[in-house]
Amino acid sequence: MLEFAFMQRALAAALAIGVVCGALGFFVVLRRLAFIGVGISHSAIGGIALAVVLGWNPLVTAAVFSVAVALVIARLSRGGRLSEDTLIGVLFSGSMALGVVLFSLQRGYQQDLFGYLFGNVLAVTPAELLVLGGAGLLVLGVLALLFRPLLLVAFDEEVARAYGHPVGLLDAALLVLLAVTVVIGVRLVGIILVEALLVIPAATATLWAPHYRMQLLLSMSLGATSGVAGLAAAYALDLAAGGTIVLVSVAVFLVSLALRPARAA
Amino acid sequence: MSPAATVVPVVVRFDRVCVERDGRRVLEDLSFSVRERQVVGIVGPNGAGKTTLLRALLGLIPVTAGRIEVLGGPPGAARGEIGYVPQRHTIAASFPATVRDVVAMGQLGSHGARRRERKSSRARRAAAERALARVGMASFADRLVGRLSGGEQRRAMLAQALCASSRLLVLDEPTIGLDLPAEQAFYALLRELQRESGLAVIAVSHDLLALASAADELICINRTMHVHGNPDEVVHSHALREAYHCEFDFLAGELHHHERLGRGA
Repeated sequence: MLEFAFMQRALAAALAIGVVCGALGFFVVLRRLAFIGVGISHSAIGGIALAVVLGWNPLVTAAVFSVAVALVIARLSRGGRLSEDTLIGVLFSGSMALGVVLFSLQRGYQQDLFGYLFGNVLAVTPAELLVLGGAGLLVLGVLALLFRPLLLVAFDEEVARAYGHPVGLLDAALLVLLAVTVVIGVRLVGIILVEALLVIPAATATLWAPHYRMQLLLSMSLGATSGVAGLAAAYALDLAAGGTIVLVSVAVFLVSLALRPARAA
Repeated sequence: MSPAATVVPVVVRFDRVCVERDGRRVLEDLSFSVRERQVVGIVGPNGAGKTTLLRALLGLIPVTAGRIEVLGGPPGAARGEIGYVPQRHTIAASFPATVRDVVAMGQLGSHGARRRERKSSRARRAAAERALARVGMASFADRLVGRLSGGEQRRAMLAQALCASSRLLVLDEPTIGLDLPAEQAFYALLRELQRESGLAVIAVSHDLLALASAADELICINRTMHVHGNPDEVVHSHALREAYHCEFDFLAGELHHHERLGRGA
């Protein structure tokens, strides 16, 4: 299968996306951000539909739209009037509804919509691969830079504040990273399934490794290997790539769960 | 300034401080100072404003009137130079970091960050290990922090605070959830550290007796200052009874018992 250029690009994309989602997934699982991840990924539909209607670049528009939704959630939930999960519920369904309505205005874009919902990694162009790689490196770089303060915030927000860390800004930065990562992941498995890349490898890693260094490494490796293995399996068996990748990582998770019974406290 | 003040420098000064939260005055006209090498306990009934006082001291909330000076500057500027032990019950058993990692986080204060970040991670680890040795937990460095007992976790947090500052520790209900022997061991350790290194300590607790036996001075607040002085005077004062709206005569005998145990003399 490696003789095809489109397949080489798809494998490179699966590898890169798996690593980036695995790294950020560490914080998604540690900070229990799974629901906010779903919210941000689903709100990307609004951004993509807007781009299709206005003739803009869908991935860039979706990234900007998702970052904006993430920042609105971060800002409003700090105000304390509404809880974060309520805000996510409102904004996520609102953005999705906007996407559905805008798409319904555009005859002949159903194929596009399907690609964004379920991923279309085999159609990644060389230019897109460069953008994905660049955005992925940016996410990893920022994550590396902020890693220790973010870990301290996850440990105890009050201590982080007392030591002078801008906790609100760090939280917002994490949500922006999440939004960018979601848009990167959409290319591989689509909006509906991108959350799986953020949660499953990191959750599997916590079953095997108690310490964050190993958890991070394992989460990134699992993300990359399930991406590549899922893609290969999809190619061999002629299945939908996005769904197969997610099923592979779910299988690894379930096997891990069976092999690693709950540790005694 | 009195002659004594020129001998032992003041590390914290509250000067007619008022704090309002949601239009309600939580602290009113509060004045006191803490000098180097002093352990000051702050007590008061529930809702007296003890935690608000600490948050104002750390620069986390603004004062409505009056002035706070910490380590010679405004409270916000001293953040990252104060060792802080927050009020909390337990650390999640699955938190993916060792005791050494968590103690080393005390060196991530953002104000001193540029200077401190240059420390290699080996130097940070070494400092964390020295702090752990000071609280008698050198052999716990590689254990996961969430797997320690409550008393061990409090000592680990104390080590983190020692890593953050060699001048001022701020402790919010440091022994909450601990049984009596663990509580007494904690305060005995605190006294020992203070004698060794000349730290100033401000500790807030609802546990009047435990603090009275460990502190050089006791401050009783209920929104405003009720009484301030050496623990023996404060415990026997009429003002203390007023602050708590109850009788404390039965405590006098208990206090002497606590003092003997707490001071180990």
